[in-house]
Amino acid sequence: MKFSENWLRTWVNPDLSSAELGHLLTMAGLEVEEQTAVAPAFNNVVVAQVLEIVKHPNADRLNVCQVNVGEAQPLTIVCGASNVAVGIKIPCARIGAVLPGDFKIKQAKVRSIESFGMLCSDKELGLAEDSSGLWILPEDAPVGMSIREYLALDDQLFTLKLTPNRSDCSGMVGIAREVAALTGSPLNTLEIPEHSAAIADTLAVTVADAAACPLYCGRVIRGVNAAVPTPTWMVRRLERSGLRSINAVVDVTNYVMWEMGQPMHAFDLATLSGGIAVRRAVAGETLTLLNEQTVTLDAQTLVIADDARVLALAGIMGGQGSGVETSTQDLFLECAFFHPDAMAGQARRFGLATDSSFRFERGVDFASTRRAMERATQLILDICGGQVGEISTVQGELPTRAPITLRPSRVKRVLGITLEAAQIADLFQRLQLAFTTESNAAGELVFNVQPPSFRFDLSIEADLIEELARVYGYDHIPALPPQAALTMLPLPEARRALANLQQIMVSHDYQEIVSYAFVDEAAERTLCGNANPVALQNPIASNLAVMRSSLISGLVEALRFNLNRKQARVRLFEVGACFAHADTGYAQTQRLSGIAYGTVQPEQWGSAARNVDFYDVKADIEALFAPQSVRFATAQHPALHPGRCAQIFCGERVVGIMGELHPQWQQEYGMPLAAVWFEVELGALSSQTVPSMTEIAKSLPVRRDLAVLVDDSVSVQVLLDAMQQANAPFVQTLNLFDVYRGKGVEQGKKSLAFRVLLQDTQKTLTDLEIEPSIELLVQAMQQHGAQLRM
Amino acid sequence: MHELQDILEQAQQQFAAMNDEAELEQAKAKYLGKEGSLTQLLKGLGKLSAAERPAAGARINQVKQGIEAALQQRRDALAQQKLAQKLAAESLDVTLPGRGLGMGGLHPVTRTLQRIEQLFHSLGFATADGPEIEHDFYNFTALNIPENHPARAMHDTFYLDPQHVLRTHTSPVQVHYMEENTPPLKIISPGRVYRVDSDATHSPMFHQVEGLWVDQDISFANLKGVVQDFLQRFFEQYDLQVRFRPSFFPFTEPSAEMDMSWKGGWLEIGGCGMVHPNVLKHVNIDSEKYLGFAFGLGVERLAMLRYGVNDLRLFYESDLRFLKQFN
Repeated sequence: MKFSENWLRTWVNPDLSSAELGHLLTMAGLEVEEQTAVAPAFNNVVVAQVLEIVKHPNADRLNVCQVNVGEAQPLTIVCGASNVAVGIKIPCARIGAVLPGDFKIKQAKVRSIESFGMLCSDKELGLAEDSSGLWILPEDAPVGMSIREYLALDDQLFTLKLTPNRSDCSGMVGIAREVAALTGSPLNTLEIPEHSAAIADTLAVTVADAAACPLYCGRVIRGVNAAVPTPTWMVRRLERSGLRSINAVVDVTNYVMWEMGQPMHAFDLATLSGGIAVRRAVAGETLTLLNEQTVTLDAQTLVIADDARVLALAGIMGGQGSGVETSTQDLFLECAFFHPDAMAGQARRFGLATDSSFRFERGVDFASTRRAMERATQLILDICGGQVGEISTVQGELPTRAPITLRPSRVKRVLGITLEAAQIADLFQRLQLAFTTESNAAGELVFNVQPPSFRFDLSIEADLIEELARVYGYDHIPALPPQAALTMLPLPEARRALANLQQIMVSHDYQEIVSYAFVDEAAERTLCGNANPVALQNPIASNLAVMRSSLISGLVEALRFNLNRKQARVRLFEVGACFAHADTGYAQTQRLSGIAYGTVQPEQWGSAARNVDFYDVKADIEALFAPQSVRFATAQHPALHPGRCAQIFCGERVVGIMGELHPQWQQEYGMPLAAVWFEVELGALSSQTVPSMTEIAKSLPVRRDLAVLVDDSVSVQVLLDAMQQANAPFVQTLNLFDVYRGKGVEQGKKSLAFRVLLQDTQKTLTDLEIEPSIELLVQAMQQHGAQLRM
Repeated sequence: MHELQDILEQAQQQFAAMNDEAELEQAKAKYLGKEGSLTQLLKGLGKLSAAERPAAGARINQVKQGIEAALQQRRDALAQQKLAQKLAAESLDVTLPGRGLGMGGLHPVTRTLQRIEQLFHSLGFATADGPEIEHDFYNFTALNIPENHPARAMHDTFYLDPQHVLRTHTSPVQVHYMEENTPPLKIISPGRVYRVDSDATHSPMFHQVEGLWVDQDISFANLKGVVQDFLQRFFEQYDLQVRFRPSFFPFTEPSAEMDMSWKGGWLEIGGCGMVHPNVLKHVNIDSEKYLGFAFGLGVERLAMLRYGVNDLRLFYESDLRFLKQFN
């Protein structure tokens, strides 16, 4: 909502500077989004008329002008503008004037001729970006008058960012009412005469949907002259409200909308056939709107129609072919109340947002519909002439405003401050909220408040409390620490906090990133093999159209971004939700994912540089899960090397995946080295067991090393599992400590060395006692073709 | 007698001149070895009379002990010397850099979130979270934003289907939490939120922290107190000015916009208000008995102000040169 301060001050004129007024509005919840001066500061510029022009004797392109500035003697002014002409009226900066940019006008000799001022363009006055010469003013501009006064330039433009609840402030009347409430300054009211019919003409109005349109007023005005220019004061106010002048009649309807917050529409009576109907459209009907957009209507659309066709989208925009042109002589003026519930979302369905729909969606004062009609009538008669007919009114059930009870005790509980009854009464009066008081059942003096028709946002006690707080001033409510019983937060030890997991990643030299949760559909399909991603209906860009099912694409993209910036070693991780379709709705799983690229350690002296591989990252994952142990099993993933990819298991459950980026992607992304990536469910990382001590064995452990030869195809895990399942007595731990291929080991085989720790709780074991256990372990491995190496 | 004293002095002098352990041991043999001078003297004791023998033996032994002490002294000195040489040879350039892995770092948003959480945890707020794909009901309806309400247009919502949206704020977590818990309630819910908006100052995905306190005596004055306290501690500026300005959110009444003073002006930092009775009604909390406040803070905004970040987009570009500045 944009408007001119001067216009507002014709309604209410508090003793406040422009800046103070802006602050007042902002602090009352009518946020001033922008506040700018109509014109920059300048002075001593008056309306002047060029009386005589003589070529400058010493310069081809200069003229010496005699200029009337409203004094007895004309001034001699040298002027270089090409559009200077005898008789024109122009702004003249007099000696001593200071123009924008601190440009001081002094008496000066221009090529030996004294010049006593400067004739100005609008650019020189800071009122235009560009100009082609002197600013030629209307012929009736009063010579000698200050240009600031003549054009009312001492004015500020306010733009309010209205919240949806304050539709009452979408007209000057409402803003003025608010300023009066906040300052106590008197509020001027409009005297609007009721126009009695001078002609008998009326149009029959039928309202088929009275719930959507509880009040419709229409009036015929004949014999108007729509070609007369709109008065300057009105054009100026409209322009300063951001509205373009169209013709006198349309300007009047816009003016009334801005003044009273009541949207109106004027039809050219000659284009109408039969009566006016407010009805739902018949599916398939079309309408070409004033903005030249043609819309196809459906049965949900409320329209204004005559007997022949649809004329307008009710409360949103008029159609072409029935509006007022300068040639229009007879009008049908519409002023209606469309219910907010019926208007909600209607304009948006057609991609429209108009000044009219803005107001009707939020609520227009239905008690002043008729007044607005009379106001527009008055202005049209004044400007365009004409004769009026009777107002045809169709009225259904208007919204009701139930009284609201306000308890001062509740005010205290909600706001934390005590407002005395007298203070409350005063605040309500300032807000034009009528009330009565009574004692309630609890013996408290309460206020029964009648919300006015223009307030669509007051229906419960809390609404009134906000009104009181607003006008009382949020600033005057103290900031107090709450008083409540102190309780400690639970601290479940079996849960690992996310922050701890993040810290483990940081300690392993991974840098955290945050990437968008929406990704490219192609990346989902190719990198994740996801043929059915969760898609957005209204993505912000085509490459951000689906929700990610894995964090891989964000990490790979971040890796590439950094490689392109000459980073040679990149280790990243991210924690975030991943999305998929589920049987009912959507699956949303929080995951932790990391990627490592480049050398294992940062470049450093004294240790050979080695590039990160599968097992380095596997160790990072194991550290992340520790002390919980996880298992790895061969797997396939579209983004990963088929021979270097593993699923991660917690018990029987797959909780993650890891592996080397597929050489195909490595090549496609132009990466010199293979990146290793992993992703695990956050849930699997987030639990741990609370420790419970067991007795430390008094005896010493016995260590045995077992070296076996086995086919390359047999995985270590298979042998470990076999030994584990052998349930050999005394065995405490089984660890692989060496893998060897090469000289001394035949092709296709590998040598594995396991370390076995055996221990009895009571005594130190002898060789004899150990022997059966070792035998069991060896047998277990032999079942998988392992041969013991001697 | 003199002979014995001479031997001791000679041994002491000779040992002191030895600079090598092997030579020292050879020199020792000269006195204490089988053919050593002292050994010879001891052997000679047999020639003495029984009466003379004890005194002579004692004297020889005394000298022998003296020689052994001199020997040990020199051995120790030589060992000390050797150790000192070894240590000198082993000394390192302690200024060479340490070896091993470096340290990664947290994203500035995480860092900020952790700071926010720590501050609110210190006041007894628990952390709650909720889904990012929300049912329309939780994102809007349960928060008193009916379908077609103009407030929905304020939200620029991403839709997945007619019933599901990417949450436009973390406020739905309030509703989930209130459905599952009974007052008093004191939570914050940090997380990612989404709006159809992308330019230099808007990201289609960003982070919010929602706060909620529901109890029997919680007022707007308390809301002001808690938020002001938080901002002053977060920025470690204990004279930071915070102002509350009337605004509109369908799920709070009264509602306020929070501004803080910054470089001579005011900066919008979030929205807040007293929980709307309709919201409490949706979750079967008696609004006559309980009151509550709620607030929402923009995490990126706080991070930008705290760390001087001048472009929102830097947070999501994953540029290590940016991220490493927060380690």
